[in-house]
Amino acid sequence: MKGYAKYFRKKIVWFIVTFIAAFLLNFFLPRLMPGDPVAAIVARMAQGQSNATGVQAIYKQYTELFGTNKPIHEQFFLYVKNVFHGDFGFSFSQYPRTVANVLKTSVWWTLGLQFPAIIVGFFIGNILGVLAAYLRGGYDKALMPVSIFVSGLPAFGMATILLVIFGVTFKLLPTSGGYGFDLIPTFSWTFIWSVIVHFQLPFWSIVLIAIGGWAIGMRSMSIYELNADYVKYSRFMGIKDTKIIQYVFRNAMLPQITGLALAIGTMVGGALVAEIIFSYPGLGTTLLSAIRGQDYPMISAATLIITIMVLVANFAIEILYGFIDPRIKAAQSD
Amino acid sequence: MKNTLQQVFHSGKFVVGFTIFTFILLMVIIFPLLVNTPPLGIISQGSTQGSFLPPGLYVNVYDSIATTPYTLNLDDAAAKRIASRLSPADRTAIKEWLVKAGIPENEIDTTDTDTLLDLWASNYDPGKEMSGMTFAKTRYYQRLDASLQGLLSTQGLTIAAAGTDTLQAAGSVAQSDYVNVTEVPNVRLLALGTDNFGRDVLPELVSATGTSLLIGLVAGVIATTIGLVLGLAAGYIGGVVDDIITFVNNLFIVIPSIVVLILISYSIGQEKRGPVTIAVVIGLFGWVWTAKAVRAQVISLRNRDHVNMSKLSGHPIAMIIFTDILPYIASYVIMAFILQISTAILSEASLSILGLGPKTSSTATLGLMMNWAMVYMAPSLGKWWAYMPVIVVIALVSFSLNLMNTGLDQVYNPALRE
Repeated sequence: MKGYAKYFRKKIVWFIVTFIAAFLLNFFLPRLMPGDPVAAIVARMAQGQSNATGVQAIYKQYTELFGTNKPIHEQFFLYVKNVFHGDFGFSFSQYPRTVANVLKTSVWWTLGLQFPAIIVGFFIGNILGVLAAYLRGGYDKALMPVSIFVSGLPAFGMATILLVIFGVTFKLLPTSGGYGFDLIPTFSWTFIWSVIVHFQLPFWSIVLIAIGGWAIGMRSMSIYELNADYVKYSRFMGIKDTKIIQYVFRNAMLPQITGLALAIGTMVGGALVAEIIFSYPGLGTTLLSAIRGQDYPMISAATLIITIMVLVANFAIEILYGFIDPRIKAAQSD
Repeated sequence: MKNTLQQVFHSGKFVVGFTIFTFILLMVIIFPLLVNTPPLGIISQGSTQGSFLPPGLYVNVYDSIATTPYTLNLDDAAAKRIASRLSPADRTAIKEWLVKAGIPENEIDTTDTDTLLDLWASNYDPGKEMSGMTFAKTRYYQRLDASLQGLLSTQGLTIAAAGTDTLQAAGSVAQSDYVNVTEVPNVRLLALGTDNFGRDVLPELVSATGTSLLIGLVAGVIATTIGLVLGLAAGYIGGVVDDIITFVNNLFIVIPSIVVLILISYSIGQEKRGPVTIAVVIGLFGWVWTAKAVRAQVISLRNRDHVNMSKLSGHPIAMIIFTDILPYIASYVIMAFILQISTAILSEASLSILGLGPKTSSTATLGLMMNWAMVYMAPSLGKWWAYMPVIVVIALVSFSLNLMNTGLDQVYNPALRE
């Protein structure tokens, strides 16, 4: 355990560095644009808002909170201070709710949907991939083109197809929302059942997309592994095929886990758009309504939270990887 | 070079992918030459259907009446006519009445119009008292019966023109009258119907595919160029340059690109977001994987004998890079470029669905078409033609590019060959 300290320290430092970089990007990117986007946003905000007192209050609060008239470094420190207090200001489009209040609920929906979906897709895909490499023949020939096709589909495409087949044509599953529109969130069986039913289509659309990509990657990895000496040796020893597949699976998995750490950002991005198709009450849908409502504080906060989620997931996978990969353990004990 | 090409075209996967992609590309180029309609022209007006019109051959009714009719005596014409006018609700209502009148339920088939109407004609009696039937329902059956009588009549219709205060017969249409569609001056084939704005989906889709491919190409070229230059610099120069580039590279690998794209697209503002602007933005943040792969390759090449020989011979750096390094990494770069195109097309689609795509009115892209179909709830309304073709095209483009990539991978990585 002691030997891991160096590895973990390195990973924690990297996590903090990426976090700071993401934070800086989130602050500076919109402000780097030619013209003053903040002023433009405030100007845009004034039109199309029916609630005059709301506009006034937001305007005042916005200038105070983000200090748009102050120099940029002061604005930045103000922003840092506010973010660490969880204060993202009022929402333009959902005044008088605050951004933090709106996002507090949607974060959990997104986490609850994407975390299981990405993990399940990862494992199913990898198992299919190692089988394709091992069995070859017809199974491989059928799986590969299907995987390439499915992994090339955007998540929203798969979402729409599932929505139309199971939601609209056969009316088996609900097509939108996170729970029945006639229910109030409580801990009752009807509510939990409704959540489970509404969960199915978004969940499977993300899982199916993920499966293809992982299966392709795992197949190539496993083919390399199958040519390794230990596989030939095991065969000569008369070890059962199922056992050999397990060895190959474990070894080929390692690069795949690194792959998961690297791909998680892209996957979350795709899944956010899939949420929109089902109007799932997560961050994706919130982001869409924020963009439609020209709700700048909300967009900024939502993107920051998405980035943090991805960074944390990435960090967690790296730490897990440290425990799984024997080479890291060996390197630490030197 | 010739050898490599031959090898590449021996790979089945590459050839299939290449064929699909070339077909799509040819469609995009040839279609506008054959069909001379503005792709974004609004042609249909809102009706009870919204502006979504289902795919089909649209024949002008006014012109059809004026065209010389031909008489065709087709046996099943009357039956088809009635079948198409009898709604499913009416059919179940007829069945309900017949069951109540004592006809066994298994003898009634609501899909068989002929026997259903026969049963109805022989059994229906408007004066008959049915138990438990409201007055309104009784009247409904009387009206239904009357309309069926009208359907069954063999008389034609008279066309009337509005006079000053009376109607004047201007012509008549018999039930056995037919027009030859080729003689009707105004016929429009809407192969994929119209979208929510009332635009013909097929030309729009072709134009959108073209724009999306352009976005993919521009973004791919930008991303590959940046990735190549940075990868070469990091790998060949090494030292501090390498450290800085690798640091930035690793940063952008973990920070989700969609977040960066959302922030930038939003900041650019609706007015300035053209397809090319979006492509440039996507390209500017899509180089990370190329740079990483190129750097790794260059590092492994840097100390090979032939490179050292070149250095000893005093060749300038540019020459070493062009003759001793680039040819070795060309296959990787091409594969990365192909992937960039498909990623960029998907990124544009994602951004458009989020409402951050190119300016909406003047261009069509695959993402924008998808976005409008979603905004107008085409999936729940069952207007499949507004979004399904878009998904199919996106899937085909991305499938063909990925297939080409896998094919190339198998050619250059012999371990993966079958």
